[in-house]
Amino acid sequence: MLDTAWLMLLFPALGTLILAFFGRRIGRRVVGWLACGMVLLSFLTAVGVFATLVGLPAEERSHQIVLWSWMTTGAFHVDVALLIDQLSIIMALIVTGIGFLIHVYSIGYMHDDARYSRFFTFLNFFILMMLTLVLANNYLLMYVGWEGVGLASYLLIGFWFEKPAAADAGKKAFIVNRIGDFGLALAIMFIWTSFGTLNFVEVFEKAPTVWAVGASVATITTLLMLLAATGKSAQIPLFVWLPDAMEGPTPVSALIHAATMVTAGVYMLARSGALLSLAPTTQTWVAVIGALTALMAATIALTQTDLKRILAYSTISQLGFMFMAVGVGAYTAAIFHLMTHAFFKALLFLAAGSVMHALAGEIDIRKMGNLRAKLPTTYWTYLIGAAALAGIPLFSGFFSKDEILYYDWLTAPLLWLVGAITAALTAVYAFRSVFVPFWGQERDKKLFSHAHESPRIMTVPLIVLAIGAVLAGYLGLPRLSLFETWLEPVFHAKAPEALAGAGPEAVLSIPMVWVLLAVSGLIAIGGAYAAYRLYIVNTDVPARVRERLGWLVKLIENKYYFDWAYDKGIVGPLRQLSAWFADVADKRGIDGAVNGLAAATGWVGSQARRLQTGMVGIYALSILLGAVALLAWFAIR
Amino acid sequence: MPERTGVLIRRNVLIIFMSVEMMLNAVNLSFVALAYHFMDLNGQIFVLMVMVVAAAEVAVGLAIVMTIVRRKDTTNIEDVNLLKG
Repeated sequence: MLDTAWLMLLFPALGTLILAFFGRRIGRRVVGWLACGMVLLSFLTAVGVFATLVGLPAEERSHQIVLWSWMTTGAFHVDVALLIDQLSIIMALIVTGIGFLIHVYSIGYMHDDARYSRFFTFLNFFILMMLTLVLANNYLLMYVGWEGVGLASYLLIGFWFEKPAAADAGKKAFIVNRIGDFGLALAIMFIWTSFGTLNFVEVFEKAPTVWAVGASVATITTLLMLLAATGKSAQIPLFVWLPDAMEGPTPVSALIHAATMVTAGVYMLARSGALLSLAPTTQTWVAVIGALTALMAATIALTQTDLKRILAYSTISQLGFMFMAVGVGAYTAAIFHLMTHAFFKALLFLAAGSVMHALAGEIDIRKMGNLRAKLPTTYWTYLIGAAALAGIPLFSGFFSKDEILYYDWLTAPLLWLVGAITAALTAVYAFRSVFVPFWGQERDKKLFSHAHESPRIMTVPLIVLAIGAVLAGYLGLPRLSLFETWLEPVFHAKAPEALAGAGPEAVLSIPMVWVLLAVSGLIAIGGAYAAYRLYIVNTDVPARVRERLGWLVKLIENKYYFDWAYDKGIVGPLRQLSAWFADVADKRGIDGAVNGLAAATGWVGSQARRLQTGMVGIYALSILLGAVALLAWFAIR
Repeated sequence: MPERTGVLIRRNVLIIFMSVEMMLNAVNLSFVALAYHFMDLNGQIFVLMVMVVAAAEVAVGLAIVMTIVRRKDTTNIEDVNLLKG
């Protein structure tokens, strides 16, 4: 089965090509099912590979499959090769499994879109590139996938490019990501100069001997990787593109901007854990950035009124949690949360899409209300997703978030505090997004009367994801930790001495584990109850808070003025600079030089033309004078 | 050097042309004289060369003069100034 692992890439590649060239001829039904079928085949291959890996002993589960030699110049050699190990197969299963469900959902959601086949071409292309990213066995091939998913993201955010907001959001996502990509490109160059190879296995083997712990080259390289990750995974300072990316179709938000692509930064940092553990400074930065982003995004999510944007900020916040886990070296916890988050956030987005479908595209939660009466399936699945997001005990988010908080507690109690506050806020906004649209009174009668449950093709993926959102957490039950045992060889084999003595290795006394578990459970339930009080019982409290703490609410509603600061600090000056280049440097400088040269030539010509009198006599005289002068010169010399 | 002066100050194309011919003949004369003086046959032969070229030049030159007269109905050199810058 391992030899056929490349089929995972082949199927979406075939799908992309067939749809790109024949998509408009083969009819809508075929397009939809072909795209889904390709991803399903890819998923089945991944399951087969996974089953094979499970059958092998733990130390034999890492395989490199060289497809062909990509480039060789001098000492530089890169293969197009796959690294199949415990981490990459988990990522591949998430990408293809959730990707398949979202493809199926899209058949219903996009059914009357004019560019139906183009949509599925892009979706299949995204799956191909995401698989390239997670399955690559070297940094350069991963970079190809990294750029490819960025392109797919750009194309899909701006899919409805007739809307200026969507076109702008696509450009914003692409340009902001470019800043991060530049960091990754530089990091790859540093890795090449340090190790002379880009192969993951070789790099991680050499890393502890080539780089000393805390060496400046290690710190710089990993900081550049962090920059790349903040771009792709929407962390401070580069998170601004993700909320705008909600302009794209909802399945895109679910697939790319919640479940898979945005987690690429976390995957890349976790994969490079062996390098990261050699740079304690970077680890601190990762944790700090994650904590700040988690807290900041959670507060913003509290004030948003656009259902999809609430979820977008929640994604940023949850990614912050994953960064916190990576920062303290708890890579398994990060990947575990990545997986549970993929389930429940894809579910939440698809349910939000179902709400939009029911309400003719309406997305403002202030106009909704009592929707549970009309959309039972959507309501129940959304509720499960929200419970998982909030970390209500026994739902998946509870276990993964608790694991992150547990490692934070071990390493830095301050991080735990920030995480716990964020978790409480998460519960409040998650249940706000349940109570306001689905409970209470209908606010817009006309919208409400037209609301209808989505077709089966959309609700079935919701139900499947809801089951996943409940059950995924049990893979990582504390003390049982199937998930941790599975991933352990990937992370621990790489840098044993660097991790030794660090937090995750230390084991707390068992009562403390249960205390922390109980605390995070209480936090989640308390947050949910607070949301119930605030948005169902005493609905005037939020207004009073707004009166009391007007400045704080204003600060948060304006998203801490990040967009404003970028606009004033970077975009504005850049525009002024380019305006100066266009109006002054180009027109006066470059054009001036060229025009000046032309004018000078013209002036010399106008003076010189006076020599040409047209009088033959004068020509003859000048010939004579010239001859005389020549003779005189020869004579005198 | 009366011929040279004729080329420079006269206005009539034909006079200028005749002056040019006279300059050529003057050169021929000095060739012959100096060849005789130095007892060198090259000078004598070169005279024949100049005469051939002069004959060709007359043919072309007179044709140009004819054209000027036909076009502008003048032989005054100052009326022919198409090359004026």
